[in-house]
Amino acid sequence: MNGRVFALLRRDLARLLLGGRGGGAMLPVLFFLSVAMLYPFAVGPDAPLLARTGGGVIWVAALLAAILPLDRLVEPDIELGMFDQWALRGISEEMVIAVRVIAHWLSFGPPLMLAALPAAALLGLDGKTLRVVEIGLLAGTPGLAALGVTVAALTAGLRGGAALSGLLVIPMAVPVLIFGAGSLGTGGASGLALTAAASLVLIAIAPFAGGAAVRAARG
Amino acid sequence: MLFSHLSLALNAGEALQVAGHNGIGKSSLLRIIAGLAPAFAGSVSVEGTVGLLDELPALDPALPLGRALAFWRALDGLAEGGQAGDELDRLGLASLLDVPVRYLSTGQKKRAALARLLGQKARVWLLDEPLNGLDGHAVELAETITAQHCAAGGIAVIASHQTFRLPAMRMLPLSDFAVREQAA
Repeated sequence: MNGRVFALLRRDLARLLLGGRGGGAMLPVLFFLSVAMLYPFAVGPDAPLLARTGGGVIWVAALLAAILPLDRLVEPDIELGMFDQWALRGISEEMVIAVRVIAHWLSFGPPLMLAALPAAALLGLDGKTLRVVEIGLLAGTPGLAALGVTVAALTAGLRGGAALSGLLVIPMAVPVLIFGAGSLGTGGASGLALTAAASLVLIAIAPFAGGAAVRAARG
Repeated sequence: MLFSHLSLALNAGEALQVAGHNGIGKSSLLRIIAGLAPAFAGSVSVEGTVGLLDELPALDPALPLGRALAFWRALDGLAEGGQAGDELDRLGLASLLDVPVRYLSTGQKKRAALARLLGQKARVWLLDEPLNGLDGHAVELAETITAQHCAAGGIAVIASHQTFRLPAMRMLPLSDFAVREQAA
């Protein structure tokens, strides 16, 4: 069983992290950095304003970057018949989805946390704010990954599924965003704890909701 | 509703061809046997592992064929290189292992899917239009491989409108069980 989990994870990481034609982890990171770069251009070189709002911009950019790979998460495997073959081998949809949440997080969570360093420099954030942003991203991005995989499974096979999944993720990501970005204002641990709690709920739901969605899509 | 009152039992070593025109439900019957689709009524019981070969190759299009097959070998618990090289040779795939799956022709993909099925070592084979896209030589090869599978105590259910030559194969004309459309 462990060997199978490992084989699934290795394949998911090769597809999502390294990417091949899909761009892998590079695309969300570059998107994230370009948003962080554009923001000072848009609001002007007002250093106090940038420092005050920069943390929130990083959060919005992270959320939008997490949406980018959604259409590659579940649908291709349904179309290829991978889920059929896994089911025949006794590998449940729940397990595949759980592994995919891990792989999806690894392919955008840590890279975004790294990219937040240059982004913070671009926005002129101080060290304390940056620390809260980084801890917040560590607590919040797993939830965003779980949410992304769940919604990708729900919209797999629908016409315009990619656009629809983006629209569905944004409102459901609001709790993570409020607590995550909110902890910047208070600077407190309570906001980060609530971010982590919202993340955990999403992670706990994802394998079951996603697995049921894949079975429904298979028909 | 596609068909009703259908009852069949297959013992080790037996093969069955499900025949019938397009859209009559051959693929649906196979997916019901595989447990991938629910039957509206009735039950299916299968002893042993089930392998399915249908129009979906289930091989990553971006990967070289060798690595795409290696993924399934790992899942099926075969050691690296566990699939006998002569098996790939026999299927004419040995020279294609470095070619990305998306560049393979329909027939080559079908043969690759056959290699995946062989590696699974499943007891029950469900073959959905296994001869689609295969040339004359490959058709014979697929028939020989299936015959050997049955001779070794395996079961094969073949859904095809083409002739599939197997010794002592039973036929199931699905049209006999088709549910007639009720006139409104």
